[in-house]
Amino acid sequence: MIDCDEAVKQLWEYVESELDALERKRVEDHLALCKQCCGEMEFAEELRQFMASQLAVELPPGIGARFDRLLDELATERAP
Amino acid sequence: MVVNRERTAFQQVAREQLPWLYALARKLTADSAEDVVQECLVKAYRNFDDLREIEAAPGWFRTILMNCVRDRYRRDTSGPEEAPLDDVSDYSLYRKIAEEDPWPYSETVHVDFLHSFSEEDVWAVLDRLSPKYRIPLVLVHMEGMGVQDVTRMLGASKNTVLSWLHRGRKQFERELWDYAVDNGLLKEKARSR
Repeated sequence: MIDCDEAVKQLWEYVESELDALERKRVEDHLALCKQCCGEMEFAEELRQFMASQLAVELPPGIGARFDRLLDELATERAP
Repeated sequence: MVVNRERTAFQQVAREQLPWLYALARKLTADSAEDVVQECLVKAYRNFDDLREIEAAPGWFRTILMNCVRDRYRRDTSGPEEAPLDDVSDYSLYRKIAEEDPWPYSETVHVDFLHSFSEEDVWAVLDRLSPKYRIPLVLVHMEGMGVQDVTRMLGASKNTVLSWLHRGRKQFERELWDYAVDNGLLKEKARSR
């Protein structure tokens, strides 16, 4: 039976389904007997969803003009 | 004239990709995002002939951007692996929240903690991570890439990527807590955000 430290180290891989069958069973055997690690596991799932939520990104002002200047330079580079 | 036509076509295609290209670069490289996008555009322009179908443009630009990020990542993380000065691998945000119990009357203190972060706060926490851990973390947990694909992209073994991911998640957990403390997110009124 793995201990709490070992189980916690593998919880993310567990919720991401990255563990092989044997590792998965070891974690599940531990979770069946450990309320604390069940809480850790549920929180890992919450945190996973939190990280996966989309972060909006706005284009900084001036990047379009910078891009146009870059294209001008490149066009000059390729001109005969 | 040929050059001008090509330039116009490239400009049109690249302009359509720019918002999401910049967004991806921003998540992966923080303050270097503009430089990475510029590098990507230069490479794309010089190889524009390789893009046969306009429908393939998003995937084509994404590959070029990822290669630029990978090259930077390898430069930034080259050299012998050093033992981290501040090892976070055993950190548990779950336990930290339970121990500190910032909102004693809440029965959902862990979820409340996450809800106290605005999008701006999450960006600030992300920007506190070291690039070594940030890039694998973003690729897997924000962009939905598989570990195997990240392994190929970064040219590292699966065990190494898993170790970076573990440290990255733990660093992210600790930075969430430290940021919340530093910025007053644990005050009672912050919980109702």
